[in-house]
Amino acid sequence: MSGPLLVVENLKVTFPSPSGPVDVVKGLSFQLGRERLGIVGESGSGKSMTGRSILGLVRAPGKVSATRLEFDGIDLLRQGEKGMRAIRGARISMVMQDPKFSLNPVMTVGEQIAEALVAHKRLPRREIAARVRAMLEAVRINDPDRVAGLYPHEISGGMGQRVMIAMMLIPEPDILIADEPTSALDVSVQAQVLDIIDDLVRNKGMGLILISHDLNLVAHYCDRVLVMNAGRVVEDCAASELKNAKHPYTRGLLAAQPRLDETRDELPVIDRTTWSAA
Amino acid sequence: MTAIHIDNLDVSYGETQITHGVSIDVEEGGSFALVGESGSGKSTVLKAIAGLAPEWRGTIEIFGRPRSHGIDPDFARTCQMVFQDPYGSLHPRKTVDATLMEPLNIQGLSDHNERIAAILKDVGLDNRFRFRYPHQLSGGQRQRVAIARALIVEPKVLLLDEPTSALDVSVQAEILNLLKRLRRERGLTYLMVTHNLPIVSFLCDRLAVMRGGRIVETAGAENLKQGHLQNEYSRELLALSAPPAV
Repeated sequence: MSGPLLVVENLKVTFPSPSGPVDVVKGLSFQLGRERLGIVGESGSGKSMTGRSILGLVRAPGKVSATRLEFDGIDLLRQGEKGMRAIRGARISMVMQDPKFSLNPVMTVGEQIAEALVAHKRLPRREIAARVRAMLEAVRINDPDRVAGLYPHEISGGMGQRVMIAMMLIPEPDILIADEPTSALDVSVQAQVLDIIDDLVRNKGMGLILISHDLNLVAHYCDRVLVMNAGRVVEDCAASELKNAKHPYTRGLLAAQPRLDETRDELPVIDRTTWSAA
Repeated sequence: MTAIHIDNLDVSYGETQITHGVSIDVEEGGSFALVGESGSGKSTVLKAIAGLAPEWRGTIEIFGRPRSHGIDPDFARTCQMVFQDPYGSLHPRKTVDATLMEPLNIQGLSDHNERIAAILKDVGLDNRFRFRYPHQLSGGQRQRVAIARALIVEPKVLLLDEPTSALDVSVQAEILNLLKRLRRERGLTYLMVTHNLPIVSFLCDRLAVMRGGRIVETAGAENLKQGHLQNEYSRELLALSAPPAV
């Protein structure tokens, strides 16, 4: 095993506003090997922007800067649009939140998965069909030949998300970024989709960045957790150590969630004044 | 006294029947939860009670008074609804003041100024929010406005459709605390729809599990807390929401 797959040092994402530029990510640093990293935070914490900036998906007028943003020895900030296209999808790919808006409504599922493959590799047609079929089986779709011929509106949300995962994994990337992959899904399907991601990532020895607002979920599916608040990492710990988190924000988040065996009469509310002044 | 009595309720959208023989009774001052996955018909039950799904058969009674199929201002006076998404349920071009004024005008209530000031204070919003537009408020503040909008006509029953699922965890805690306090102070009866069992455990004393438009089990919240649900499907839901071993 060589060095880390992804090195991020002092990452900043800035957007202009009427009252001057606003940093939505303020100097974030982390390294990712072939492991599962969770990024947790509430709305506006900059967790999604972090994922997007790695793939060069922050649109103007947003600006990304970093001391280092390297993937497998490649400086991502120096890549032009063409260079990024060779990496995006093929080597780092991203599962978005809602399959309803991320799949092409006028292409069949099979065509879309094949497109993800063909965009990066020339292959004989028979092999493409075989790989699409194998991929659909890998995301546990029972009847791959039938499903490959369906349009996105003919399949359920959970199945749509599995199709997205199939699309993202078929070029066999090194890193998968999953941005709230299950928040548009029902509780009963969530676990299923996450188990599939987990399985595939482990088997292929990929790196996973799981972005979510759900602490429990991240703690369950990741090895390491970054907790973000207002553009900064406030906690960086092993998932198993999350219970012993030190930062008041992380502790507040953990305490603010109702529990199944709830006995408290009132939920503790995060007192933002204690640290946000810093 | 029974606050909400629903018997054998069948709701249809066009030719599709959504719920099949749903029966619920909620005591005055009680807090009842309908849980289930999307498409189970739990929100449809609330919509039928609120008058937003007029094609129904069966009985809907609030404090012994049956609901008519049409628009019913008297019914609205006793029974109000809070919707899931505070970003979608407030009129974007009306100030908080105008939003709160509307139900008062419809119900022909006087003392607008005092009532609005009092209700804002009650839901924990400062008076300076009164003349703001929804886009100038955070998600939690908007949901407070939505709750104020429902409570300003002093209803006895509140229908809550996933009131916190669009909110962040820390904001969710604030809204749940608010709902709990308001229920205690005003003696409200809640009927809440959610898929989040820990919230049921915090806020409700009874629950019904729905699947495919039918109630498969009704139980007390103690059973939920101790994990003693009987139905196989309810147990499945319970297993999914149990916090994974960290």
